[in-house]
Amino acid sequence: MSIKIQNVSKKFGSFTALDNVTLDVPSGTLLALLGPSGSGKTTLLRIIAGLEHGDTGSIHVEESDVTGLSARERQVGFVFQHYALFKHMSVFENIAFGMRVRHLPDAEVRARVMELLHLVRLEGLGGRYPSELSGGQRQRVALARALAVRPRLLLLDEPFGALDAKVRQELRTWLRKLHEEMHVTTVFVTHDQEEAFEVADQVVVMRQGHIEQAGSPQDVFDHPATPFVMDFLGHVNVFHGRLEAGQVHLEGFAMDTPEYQHSGSRDATAYVRPHEVDLHRSAQSDTSLPVRVVHVNPAGPVTRVRLISESFGVAINCDLSADRYSELRPRPGEDMFATPKRVRVFLPEDYVI
Amino acid sequence: MNRVLPGFAVSLGYTITVLTALLVIPLVALSIKAAELSPAQFMAAAWSERARSTYYLSFGASAVAASINVMIGMLLAWVLVRYDFWGRRFLDALIDLPFALPTAVAGLVFSLLLVKNGWYGQFLIPLGIQGAYSRLGIIVVLVFVGLPFVVRTVQPVLESLEGDTEEAAAMLGANRWQTMRHVLLPAVRPSLMTGFALSFARGIGEYGSVIFISGNMPYKTEIAPVLIVARLEEFSFAEANSIAVVLVVLSLVSLAAVNWLERRSRRYAS
Repeated sequence: MSIKIQNVSKKFGSFTALDNVTLDVPSGTLLALLGPSGSGKTTLLRIIAGLEHGDTGSIHVEESDVTGLSARERQVGFVFQHYALFKHMSVFENIAFGMRVRHLPDAEVRARVMELLHLVRLEGLGGRYPSELSGGQRQRVALARALAVRPRLLLLDEPFGALDAKVRQELRTWLRKLHEEMHVTTVFVTHDQEEAFEVADQVVVMRQGHIEQAGSPQDVFDHPATPFVMDFLGHVNVFHGRLEAGQVHLEGFAMDTPEYQHSGSRDATAYVRPHEVDLHRSAQSDTSLPVRVVHVNPAGPVTRVRLISESFGVAINCDLSADRYSELRPRPGEDMFATPKRVRVFLPEDYVI
Repeated sequence: MNRVLPGFAVSLGYTITVLTALLVIPLVALSIKAAELSPAQFMAAAWSERARSTYYLSFGASAVAASINVMIGMLLAWVLVRYDFWGRRFLDALIDLPFALPTAVAGLVFSLLLVKNGWYGQFLIPLGIQGAYSRLGIIVVLVFVGLPFVVRTVQPVLESLEGDTEEAAAMLGANRWQTMRHVLLPAVRPSLMTGFALSFARGIGEYGSVIFISGNMPYKTEIAPVLIVARLEEFSFAEANSIAVVLVVLSLVSLAAVNWLERRSRRYAS
């Protein structure tokens, strides 16, 4: 089922949680609402669920307007960050709850619960109470419970937020797989860009109650629409300078920005990701910046090198691949040259903060 | 045996000493005094028709009052936890008033309200509802003194219930009644039982407020402690003691029963 969100605004007192948000979720997509806390992502999810109601705007599921419907009437599965399981009910009864309140026949309930226990790989644990399960198992029960009533949409609010790194990773992969089997339109909220990119087909980056950018993970990562998106999706080095004839000029140092070939002279901010900075022992061109190596951390898949440019007084982060690191072997205290391989420039009037 | 926490022997000794001085010795003294009577005399004193009617009233009225308190208390706790309104903190503080107020004051005030010309009585008595000097009056004051026990035991449990449990029930299609019946009540049931037990125990022990409102009529509105006082005034110490022994035994039995029920309803939380 597709979701159509039109001009939804929501205020809590004087705080604007959502500011005129419009978003289409095509049927069968797995969409991530990504943003820092306070960006309105959870509020938007709760409005889709019917747990909150927008001050203005409308929500359509497929062709029908559900704006005025209560959460109970929307037939939406919802998974809470802290599971929200019924502690006094067994796993079996938790999953059965939605069918019990609909007075489905016992045999049908039993069959469906067994099917779901199999789906979430918790066979044999139906008789346990939630307090006897691990965090990951509880979240799987919560998911099975939400799916039991065959919802039209599945909504998940920071579903893996309370779990440790390894379980998180497992559940992400598993959610992706589950989605491919079931094809229920799914929206999940996360503040973890890695999670959003790994699981979702579509990523919506939110900030201060509005949508900053929406698109495929690749699209959003490669072509961030605003400095905020650029900054939010991983580490970034920031340079302030002037744009002139297709180059950003800092004092005595320039970076090529071919996309701004024809713009006049103006202030600009250049953003370079750490993995798009290369290091050399000699100057490559006038786009190389003399730097001193401050710290080298070879632990992990990339080697993180911290550099300082003494002439500009800026710190620069550089991620080297393992190959490049073993080739170069930079040592702390060494003077080298940093060359940005790729630069993104945002002009102040392109966006409004 | 080596223990991580030092001072076990001292703590245990202290606990046992205090419990002995406060509970065991008085109970033994009570039993010894009662044992001065032959079994037949004991039965005549402690199990007379008049005595039995006082037990019936003491335990019956306490049970009824505790049940009413469970309902009112649950609602009050619910309102205090779930809604934010002007004066909520004041109301919250007011709940504790019966804890501090000398219960004789409560008895006095309720008798004033419920008599023929009282604020409540002027409406109730024409309807045939006798508040003052009746069993109903006893229940009213027992509800008053027992109410904070239920509110204060249920309140923290309701607070700890995340709001998302109710939201989860709604998302699964449960209506308000189903949510209440299948999700909220089972979660607070153990604390309701505790509240019931405390309120019930308080009711059995209550004296001050009841003597003002009940009129203390034998066979009708006389509670067991009042009968004890009556026996003492006749210098029948052994008879008074035998009634006291029965009260102790009945109290212990009923509290044990409530406790057992309470523990049973907590099984899932293990």
